[in-house]
Amino acid sequence: MANSDAVAAAFANGPAYVPYLVVGDPDYESSKAYVEALDRGGADVIELGLPFSEPIAEGSTIQEALVRSLDAGMTPDRFFAFAEELDVDAALVCMTYYNLIYQYGEGEGPRPFVERAAATGIQGLVVPDLPGEEAGPLREACDEFGLDLVFIVAPTTRADRLDRLMERVSGYVYVQARLGTTGARDDVSDQTTESLDRLREYDVPKAVGFGISTGEQAEHIVAGGADGIIVGSALVDIVAEGVAEDLSTAAVADRLEALSRELKEGAERGHRSRTEPVESA
Amino acid sequence: MSETDTRTTEEMSRRPGRERGRDDGKFGRYGGQYVPEALMPAIEELADAYERYVLNNEDGFMDEFRERLADFGGRPTPLQRADRLSERYDTEVYLKREDLLHGGAHKLNNALGQVLLAKYMGKERIIAETGAGQHGTATAMAAAHLDMPCTIYMGERDINRQRPNVFRMKLNGSEVKPVTTGRGTLKEAISETMRDWAETVEDTHYVIGSIVGPHPFPVMVRDFQAVISEEAREQAIEKTGGLPTDVVACAGGGSNTMGTFADFVDDESVALHAVEAGGSTLEVDEEEGVAPNSASLYTGDEGVLHGARTKLLQDSDGQIMESHSISSGLDYAGVGPELAYLVDEGRVDPVAVDDDAALEGFHRLSNTEGIIPALETAHAFGYLEEHHEELGERVVVNVSGRGDKDLDAAIEETDQRDVANAPDMSMFTGGM
Repeated sequence: MANSDAVAAAFANGPAYVPYLVVGDPDYESSKAYVEALDRGGADVIELGLPFSEPIAEGSTIQEALVRSLDAGMTPDRFFAFAEELDVDAALVCMTYYNLIYQYGEGEGPRPFVERAAATGIQGLVVPDLPGEEAGPLREACDEFGLDLVFIVAPTTRADRLDRLMERVSGYVYVQARLGTTGARDDVSDQTTESLDRLREYDVPKAVGFGISTGEQAEHIVAGGADGIIVGSALVDIVAEGVAEDLSTAAVADRLEALSRELKEGAERGHRSRTEPVESA
Repeated sequence: MSETDTRTTEEMSRRPGRERGRDDGKFGRYGGQYVPEALMPAIEELADAYERYVLNNEDGFMDEFRERLADFGGRPTPLQRADRLSERYDTEVYLKREDLLHGGAHKLNNALGQVLLAKYMGKERIIAETGAGQHGTATAMAAAHLDMPCTIYMGERDINRQRPNVFRMKLNGSEVKPVTTGRGTLKEAISETMRDWAETVEDTHYVIGSIVGPHPFPVMVRDFQAVISEEAREQAIEKTGGLPTDVVACAGGGSNTMGTFADFVDDESVALHAVEAGGSTLEVDEEEGVAPNSASLYTGDEGVLHGARTKLLQDSDGQIMESHSISSGLDYAGVGPELAYLVDEGRVDPVAVDDDAALEGFHRLSNTEGIIPALETAHAFGYLEEHHEELGERVVVNVSGRGDKDLDAAIEETDQRDVANAPDMSMFTGGM
């Protein structure tokens, strides 16, 4: 089920905290300090965003972060250098759009990108504009180089599609908590519980994302059966505040670490609260 | 009487030239469905509706579409001989007058088809993106006509360039939402509309304005626009006794292009010329991420944008370039996957005409034929001037839209240049 041992291990011991940040936001060096703060805060897997100019699946928070990073000169090669230089314990997953994967390096198709990603220590990929139907060549390259290919399951994903997606997924499945684009929300939708119910029979870790911003929400979602929580916009918001308020890199890193602890602890509380054994399907 | 008169609507939609891509949305290596998972069910639902209503005329959809195109839209549009251009180029030049369609551009063919389809599908709301505002105004008209609430996303820069079209959309009852990200043009508006759709997909239909995006949009938009070539082919045979030697259309995303070419693709004797915006130059500024043109067929590389694999203006990393053209309707970094395929196959000849030549074309058609074309359309006439010696004896040019919306831009652009055939406009531009 998992190509990468590191990703499998991240979900093996209790709920996984999976934070996301845009690499290079607002600049290369600060960004490195921020990602390392997530690691200190308890991250099990870190999703590193490689910015694309047309991010159709992102809401305004992440979209603006992608623009900040691109404006500061982020490129796929600098992204890989960044991943190589990182000093973290968490498993690393790259989240980007397919055109960047497709165009990278010499020759046709996604293989050069995956080969380079593997060499820099990246363990998996999330590609929001690549549904299972178009993922054949990327799946092949990921298998060749031992990377996981994570797919997103949406509230609108129907049962027949779910089966097909589950045949192709590895590492973990990204459960989209509600319709729409990324972005922090106050409430976590009922669609989450419904989605988790539908996924119960599949033997792959389920990480819920879209809209999680507090420890309480993390607790609620893990108590509801999630194996992990994915948090993006709430963390990117902290980076954006740092830019707006001209805060020091250390101050922003501290905030990121603090929120990370809150989220991770929330997830662990949620896990402990599952007193009843999981119903067998 | 022409042979086509005896064919039913359904038979027309089964023309072999329109079979390409219908099954799986693939045109050779191009096309596909590169969209977020959340949109996949909506796209599958749309593909199913396309097959039932458009291809199989279920519930008489195509009959109602054709009737509304005639009564509301004013179809068929004429194929008119351009007497003075014919004389100038010593070849027969015919104009397919899509500028006479309701709204002043070919865009209504597609907008009316999709809004009607949304209605048949039980959707309750329409969203659309627009560049020049032509697709937005067409969608707003169709939505008002069919009593559907409608929201149009438009780049802020385009809003400033196309104010009259913004008013038209609002007059028809649509909400216009400005898009401020990026350079504020069509590609940002498309991204923003996709975001809205990702949130509202269950009750909302996204009316894409060109033969771009994920399957089934490229085939569906082509089929709605193919009425242009269906009529033009029949009219050419009736009026001239045979097929044209050449068909010319401007190309941005490619909806008027593919609509004009569709039924001619299988006529091997007919040369098809897709005229792109060459902008100020075909050179790109990789450092700044700017391509000062919109010539994705002519100069672009394969890539994935807005749901499809196609030819794109992109840098070596795969970031999408900011395109540029004096006509905002051609200002797009991608192009329909079917056109990309037909270019690779050698069936469609991609050519680029720069801003200056397009502006001359604008003035030429205005002062010789009494037709003020859209700046998009003007590129086709720029091509005619530059390449008429390479064309055969009977040329059909699609007049995709009228130029009323472009008057301010045309006057301003003319004022900045030395355009040989332009009238003295100084009294209008503060130069007096």
